[in-house]
Amino acid sequence: MPSRVDGRPDPEELLRRVQADERRESRGRLKIFLGYASRVGKSFRMYDEGRRRKQRGQDVLVGAVQSKITPDIQEILASLETVPTISTRHAGRDYELMDLTALFRRHPEVCLVDGLAYDNPPGSRNPQRWQDVRELLDRGIGILTAVNVQHIREQQDKVERITGKRSPYSVPEEFLREAEEIEIVDAPPEALMDRLPDGSMPDSRRLAELRELALLLAADVVERQLQDYLDSHGVAAVWSAQERILVCLTPKSNATAMLRSGQRNAARFHGALLVAYVQQDNLGPKDREQLESHLALARELGAEVHCLRNSDFVQAILDFAREQRVTQLFVGHSFRDRGLLWRGPIDRLIDAAENFDVRLFPHPGEP
Amino acid sequence: MSHKGKLKIYLGYAAGVGKTFRMLEEAVAMRQKGVDIVIAYFEPHGRKETIAKTEGLESIPRRSLTYAGTAFEEMDTDAVLHRKPAVALVDEFAHTNVPGSKRLKRWQDVHVLVEAGIDVWTTMNVQHLESLNDQVWHSTGVRVRETVPDWVVDEADEVVLVDLTPRALRNRLERGVVYPSEKAQRALDNFFTEGNLTALRELAMRHTAHEVEERLEADPSPVGMRPPDGRKERLLICLTGSPSSAVLIRRGKRVADYLQADCLAIHVSSSPRGREDVERHMSFARNLRIATHVLEGSDVARTIAEFARAQGVTQIFMGRSLPRQWWRRFSETIVQQVVRQSRDMQVTVVAERRR
Repeated sequence: MPSRVDGRPDPEELLRRVQADERRESRGRLKIFLGYASRVGKSFRMYDEGRRRKQRGQDVLVGAVQSKITPDIQEILASLETVPTISTRHAGRDYELMDLTALFRRHPEVCLVDGLAYDNPPGSRNPQRWQDVRELLDRGIGILTAVNVQHIREQQDKVERITGKRSPYSVPEEFLREAEEIEIVDAPPEALMDRLPDGSMPDSRRLAELRELALLLAADVVERQLQDYLDSHGVAAVWSAQERILVCLTPKSNATAMLRSGQRNAARFHGALLVAYVQQDNLGPKDREQLESHLALARELGAEVHCLRNSDFVQAILDFAREQRVTQLFVGHSFRDRGLLWRGPIDRLIDAAENFDVRLFPHPGEP
Repeated sequence: MSHKGKLKIYLGYAAGVGKTFRMLEEAVAMRQKGVDIVIAYFEPHGRKETIAKTEGLESIPRRSLTYAGTAFEEMDTDAVLHRKPAVALVDEFAHTNVPGSKRLKRWQDVHVLVEAGIDVWTTMNVQHLESLNDQVWHSTGVRVRETVPDWVVDEADEVVLVDLTPRALRNRLERGVVYPSEKAQRALDNFFTEGNLTALRELAMRHTAHEVEERLEADPSPVGMRPPDGRKERLLICLTGSPSSAVLIRRGKRVADYLQADCLAIHVSSSPRGREDVERHMSFARNLRIATHVLEGSDVARTIAEFARAQGVTQIFMGRSLPRQWWRRFSETIVQQVVRQSRDMQVTVVAERRR
């Protein structure tokens, strides 16, 4: 992937933002409550917020409820207006379809939609409920909705590795990112275990793993929101809540050690692993070959590889590290490239380093 | 001897996200189930909805004490011990007690309660974590003074994230729910900006995920997470008397925690100069549960390298070497010497965090 070192967002990213802004102008606001298991209390939080908004004078309507309703939710529902879903049966399966026509006509300020991941019956206007929600948003209706991490499409492989099960329903992660607000509903797994009605005990380890998954997903969404906020306010972020590790490779680098260590650190921190090299025109064939094999290894490990174009090696790395909000920089170190009165590039890098750590890896085969 | 109580922390990212409210809400539900649950310390902040939640819960009166001519109120830890409830609610875990109190910090009082077999539920914000101090300062410009060492939070039985979107929090401030209106406006303009809140919130989410993972990994970590040769990581922090050593300690400890590595700190002294500053850093390190050593040696790099090798260290964390006069630039810096003499270890140079 080519990189930009001029600090400006690339044109496609800009276009995406402009389009998102345009949509947002007339679009309703989307707020999603994200949980890691059923019974964690997402729906309750959603209805509770609906109730409070109504008390503050907003026009609140319920567009879809789940089939199982707890008494505390029942109590809130009694105080809210509901447009009932249409029950249908198709090929031996029951469906609850949101009554879009009625909702469009009624056009509330805020519509509550539970069970975001549900499928609609074949032949409906949209195959899935989240697509119905998008239409409501497009017509300027605000949405409060609730979803489980198990139902986020891009997370389903991970969920399946944890639980051994895969939900047939899904919502794309992209839809999560369209939300103006996402709130995570957290609770310790023990609290859920108390609440199981049939007396069976869910696996607390699995629940904890799902919980971590949901928290990290929410953190990623928030990271993106932070980036958007900073960009739209013209603030250059020099800071990241996430650890971001940049491995700088040259032909002489001990690439295997650097990449493996980078990968391990990125995994432990749930951070990002970036790899960069500074373009050099005068590389001999042997060095070129070395570098190519390092980069191949980096790609194999799943790292983003960036080529930096700047005749000043140190400046290229510093600029890129700042742009990418790097927190740890891994560089190779040679004892040969020190000048007499001049400082070597690594010394200059260390001196100029701001806001990131520099980890040094001696080149292999030097005394 | 009674068994230890359990510690549960409601973690938020700013005042007003609803930590105390959520804690009280769950306490009321427990009380209804017949659990003996009392309020040991509650900070009302004049928030009506929260105060309403304390109704029906027993409160243990606070202890008043006078310091510098002003009356202060603190949790009456002895009274709580005497009352010995099943669960005690203690607001504001990171609070520093007024001088003259038995213990310096409220988290230390909480420890006493937990040791006595009382379950404690408490509240804190992510910016009070010691290891995040520099990062929080860096992103928000606020240097948080009341901190809690990470191990105290790591040892809690449960950490629950109390989340609220920054927009909802700012709405609450605008409605005057969190602070009186004049203070609220100042807060909105300064600390409670959307950028600050979003950054802190992400930190809170990532930290809660980390706490969840820590508790999962009572099991040995998967093979891929270990260094290639299968050794457990051991991280050595090289302290000096320089003020930047505080950043170095926090950063090194944070990396060690995430790598589940042991963490050691040394100072190599060639002269007794600046011993007081070094001792301050050493005691700071010990508070974070880092084992500290002071070694004598005229060849600093060599002493570090030999100690590291003898201790099975895999990573060395150092501060930047001081700038040298031009005539000394022929010689290597300490960092360079350590790198050369510790080729079997990784050397990391920690830069100061700036704004």
